Amino acid sequence: MTAQRQDATTITPSTETAKPLLEVKNLKKYFAVKSGVLQRTVGTIKAVDDVSFSIYPGETLGLVGESGCGKSTTGRTIIRLYEPTEGQIIFDGEDVSQQSERHLAHFRRNMQMVFQDPFSSLNPRKTVGTLLAEPFSVHGLFRGERQHRVDALMETVGLNPALKNRYPHEFSGGQRQRISIARALALRPKLIIGDEPVSALDVSIQSQVLNLMADLQDEFELTYLFIAHDLAVVKHISDRIGVMYLGNLVELTNKANLYREPLHPYTQALLSAVPKSHPNESRPDRVLLQGEIPSPANPPTGCVFNTRCPKAMDHCRQAKPTLIEHKPDHWIACHLYD
Amino acid sequence: MTSMKTILETPATLPPDNSAAGMSSHRSLLRVIVAKFLQNKLAVIGLICLVLIIFSALFAPWLAQHDPNFQNLRLRLAPPSADNWLGTDHLGRDLFSRILFAGRVSLFVGFSAMLGAVTIGTALGAIAGYYGGRVDAVIMRLVDVVISFPNIFLLIALVAIFQPTLDKLIMVFALLSWTGTARLVRGEFLSLKQREFVLAARTLGMSPARIIFSQILPNAMGPIIVAATLAVGAFILAESALSFLGLGVQPPTATWGNMLTSAQGVRIFREAWWYPTFPGLMIFITVLSFNFVGDGLRDALDPKVLER
Repeated sequence: MTAQRQDATTITPSTETAKPLLEVKNLKKYFAVKSGVLQRTVGTIKAVDDVSFSIYPGETLGLVGESGCGKSTTGRTIIRLYEPTEGQIIFDGEDVSQQSERHLAHFRRNMQMVFQDPFSSLNPRKTVGTLLAEPFSVHGLFRGERQHRVDALMETVGLNPALKNRYPHEFSGGQRQRISIARALALRPKLIIGDEPVSALDVSIQSQVLNLMADLQDEFELTYLFIAHDLAVVKHISDRIGVMYLGNLVELTNKANLYREPLHPYTQALLSAVPKSHPNESRPDRVLLQGEIPSPANPPTGCVFNTRCPKAMDHCRQAKPTLIEHKPDHWIACHLYD
Repeated sequence: MTSMKTILETPATLPPDNSAAGMSSHRSLLRVIVAKFLQNKLAVIGLICLVLIIFSALFAPWLAQHDPNFQNLRLRLAPPSADNWLGTDHLGRDLFSRILFAGRVSLFVGFSAMLGAVTIGTALGAIAGYYGGRVDAVIMRLVDVVISFPNIFLLIALVAIFQPTLDKLIMVFALLSWTGTARLVRGEFLSLKQREFVLAARTLGMSPARIIFSQILPNAMGPIIVAATLAVGAFILAESALSFLGLGVQPPTATWGNMLTSAQGVRIFREAWWYPTFPGLMIFITVLSFNFVGDGLRDALDPKVLER
């Protein structure tokens, strides 16, 4: 950790004065690459490399990036499915990054996750009723009235409670994702992390599930961290959006700024690749990126994007840019705006 | 709330085709497995044989017309007859009765050793697979050590040192044979613990013990059941081999293996074919049946068929 890094607490939307619900400060998650009989560490994958952001109560922060950019790892590290290598995860004023599982009960009740694959996220051997009662039984809640709670949950997500004795394989993908959302909702958490919750669904079902999530957000005052690779989906649901590239957060701003005036060359390239729905719609010149994403096991020195950046300068190959607030509520990590 | 309502009213929420299919496939998992198993003719034949053998062993005292250990020295090596359905042995004991009672011992050894081996193997495999890292390395090296013993020699050495009793035999079998199950279960756990439903259970704050027993283990039961079924057959064969060598269960308690011991010799082969044939046939049919049933279960419990 170096002194030149931004103080993550200052990443505040200028319109917002509330205390953040979740603060992520300089989060790093490195995976050791092991090889040989002795399982010696031969390298590290820098899946998440020094990421900082805050999420405020009631908002939706979208996290976008190509596959392999570390957005899912960020989500899973925040919810402590992975041990963070470095950095702080401050949830509701409490640093949970180093706490042992035994002390996480409060945290577990208040942060939940909806997973990507609706076919893998529900235990195939349990009925939906059992699955939805599990959150209560783990935390010893509502003994004796759990089945009523399960019925209510199913109604909340638009499922018929009469179906609760069925097994997950008897439901469609969209229905299963509703079950996953119901399970995440059971403990009335403050924050729900959506790890690409709609990317495995048909487009028509996607919008249903997105609308459901938006409605639930209003009804239960939820805060979302929404991870996706689909810019249209993120645009639909997010208030603010963070763009990730190779384990780094390169741009973070509100939705209007990002889509009207993307600053980072990577964001510009990403947005220019979105197909337009109308042929007359003006379309910025395509920014075509050359080459492939470098390996996170051996990221380029300096700015991680310098190998593909159309505007790369010598300086970019030497020094890594830090995330700075270039304009109010518009954070960017790029030497073009130093 | 208004858009909530629209969602609730959207027919796509509960597609009609899906709910119709759901209605008929309600609790269908078991039915699919049974149907798949019944398609396999050899497995069904094996199952029928096993049921007959197990029942005849259970009800041996009622089915046998003679005391299995009663020696009628005037009727030595008598051929099959109305009174001695399968003939008699070299001490004039009724073969049919002895085979029934021997089945009790052989099946008991097979099932108990299987239970022991599968319990040890599942427990250690689950711990190794779920926790990984050092725990995994230690347990798996232990597996390597146990596997590296040549089993039959170790068994012979052990029973030569200790008096071979039934429970000692079962214990030795279990302690030498849990490794296969351990590796199998570890593999299942390694892949299942990455599945999202296990991650979801972890984000709920579920304890590791509960995740292992209530989330992962039920999903790993298929391969364990198959391995257990095949193991029973293998243990019966191993017990027979040891008993044949005179190192297993000691006479006069009959087992299929030690019945064969006294059925050796050119004279018996030439003059009393029934004596070695029927115990040998029982071993053959039983072990083969266990293998057929195991293979049938393997196909029926194939996760590729069951998933989704």
